[in-house]
Amino acid sequence: MKPSRTRNISILFQLGGLVLAFGFVSLILLLIDADPIQAFSLLWEGAVGNTTRIASVFVVWVPIVLVTCGVLVTFTAGLWNIGIEGQITIGAIFTTGVIRMFLDTPVNPVLVIILSMLAGMLGGALWAVLAGVLKVFSGVNEIFGGLGLNFIATALNIGLIFGAWSRPGVASMSGTEPFPEVYWLPTFQNFRFSWYSILLSVIGLVVIYFLLQGTHFGLRLKAVGKSIKSAFRLGITTWQHMLLAFLVCGVFAGLAGALQVVAVYHRLIPSISSGYGFMGLMIGMLINYQAIWVAPIALFFAALNIGGIQLPIVMKLDSALTGVLQGSLVLFVLLMQGVKQRVLGKQ
Amino acid sequence: MTGDVILLGLAGVIASGAPIVLAAIGETLTERAGVINLSLNGLIILSAMAGFWVAIETDSILLGYLAGALVGALVSAIVAFSSITLKQSQVAVGFILTITCRDLAYLLGNPIMGRQGPIMLSTPIPLLRDIPILGPLLFQQSLMTYFSIILIFVTWFWISKTKPGLMLQGIGEKPAAAFVRGANVSMMRYLYTILGGALVGLAGPLYTLSVKPGWKGTITGLDGIGWIALAITIFGGWNPIRVAFGAYLFAFLQWLGLVLQSSWTFIPSQVLQVAPFPLMILTLLLVNLGNTEWMERLLATLPDGVRNRVKKLIRSLRSQPPAALGTPFERQ
Repeated sequence: MKPSRTRNISILFQLGGLVLAFGFVSLILLLIDADPIQAFSLLWEGAVGNTTRIASVFVVWVPIVLVTCGVLVTFTAGLWNIGIEGQITIGAIFTTGVIRMFLDTPVNPVLVIILSMLAGMLGGALWAVLAGVLKVFSGVNEIFGGLGLNFIATALNIGLIFGAWSRPGVASMSGTEPFPEVYWLPTFQNFRFSWYSILLSVIGLVVIYFLLQGTHFGLRLKAVGKSIKSAFRLGITTWQHMLLAFLVCGVFAGLAGALQVVAVYHRLIPSISSGYGFMGLMIGMLINYQAIWVAPIALFFAALNIGGIQLPIVMKLDSALTGVLQGSLVLFVLLMQGVKQRVLGKQ
Repeated sequence: MTGDVILLGLAGVIASGAPIVLAAIGETLTERAGVINLSLNGLIILSAMAGFWVAIETDSILLGYLAGALVGALVSAIVAFSSITLKQSQVAVGFILTITCRDLAYLLGNPIMGRQGPIMLSTPIPLLRDIPILGPLLFQQSLMTYFSIILIFVTWFWISKTKPGLMLQGIGEKPAAAFVRGANVSMMRYLYTILGGALVGLAGPLYTLSVKPGWKGTITGLDGIGWIALAITIFGGWNPIRVAFGAYLFAFLQWLGLVLQSSWTFIPSQVLQVAPFPLMILTLLLVNLGNTEWMERLLATLPDGVRNRVKKLIRSLRSQPPAALGTPFERQ
């Protein structure tokens, strides 16, 4: 079969998955007496209705892009980095810690911001490598090691917010005391949207694209991911490559956490990772690990997230609808991919 | 603390361990057939909501449990279909389902949040209930708790002592050999995935109708239980008796955490709440020690007598998965 024709068939099956997902979610909505058309148009309206909302979509786009870039590296090495949520959280904690250290010192705030972001990347990388070490040297599956580390990171975060770093007077779920404005990443006009964040995610996208497509390292990672045994026989030090994959992913996750602190919230909050890590894993599967698709699909998921904010207020629907829509999208596209392979036979 | 209070606490451990036993035993059956059902965490939350919903609508606890089992079977059927028939990654599909089912539970459960529902009462067994210590510990529980205890032994007997159980082991260890001997590998994998999922689906309503009554949305407090059950399956080395021991150990540690929280106020309660999770990593580390190369090398440096004793200890802890776990079966 011609390559162009196979590609057309692929797209057809993917669209089929999309239609099935929307059909499934519509059914669910009908089940709870909600109007699907109204819900979907509210989602759309909530995401692109005015400039503030569009700006918010891009605020959410940044961490989603960064974590998705990160998990593409671990996915390529055949690893399930479920610990990514914790890596974002530890990144945010390290960043907050560094800024707190330099509060009330004469050090140039710009330097502090840069240092704090580097610390965030270091924190994310440390937490990721920890999951990697558990996997490589003691055979603790990275899924369980990562999950355990997620819970520990969350506990540490909440412990800090209510303990050592609590607001003077009242510790609360609203997070730590916000930093003075000099320690904020400059935002665009009055929006919470920063060009620096966007720039960093675009750089991240380019780096990951070339790392995976154009370097020898990327090729070796692919070999490890396809078959550890044959990669080992080819002379690739598999354990080093697995740890490096964790390291790179952790740097990206840590950067995402750092940006949530310096560009979005300007403080540490309890749910600082906001589930973006798991979303990154889902997007990685949805785009079949192709770096080229990260930016548009992350934009779509970000739009759904922002669009869903209005649902509880206007329609009394739980905002979990967004998650259901995203999840069924990934599920049905994956299932359709299986159907395609079965229908067309092995190619 | 008096003896009566401790006994009451331990009886509570048996009760609060029951849903974890159901989930971990269900997953053990599934994984013994060579399929990983990673959707447990979301599945338990969804079945907890569904069971509670059906129980308040019909005012029947039994129907609530059936609904939970049905949800478990359905979700697991998706895992089976996508991995066995469509040959997609079990881990990928399980992960997507675990996230999606959780969100689905919060979306669908929104209208029933905080509603009063039926609660399953305990059913003491006549005569046996009066045995000192054992009576209050084991024989004044709810029907589902009795079921969970019986299930442990039935599953153990089924897997290791019956002919279909041996076939099950073969399907998980060497599916090609089992196929040659006439086993319908795909069919059996479907069956055990759905059956295991139905058992996991009973765990959800056991929470919302008994152990932690009611549905409170995201603060129902069930998030994480499924992952624990999955880890316990590994800890238990896919052996129902050891798996059950792991489940009760976890329930015991949680109870201990609650007890300590009231007396050791210097430890923030957040730390004690998550203490089981690092413990989970630690135990997984422990059961994997025997499989690592550096441990072997370390052992080689020890004097003979000590080495043999350490080796025995590590071997007794070691847990090895069914050889074909997670891999698709291709008819040659």
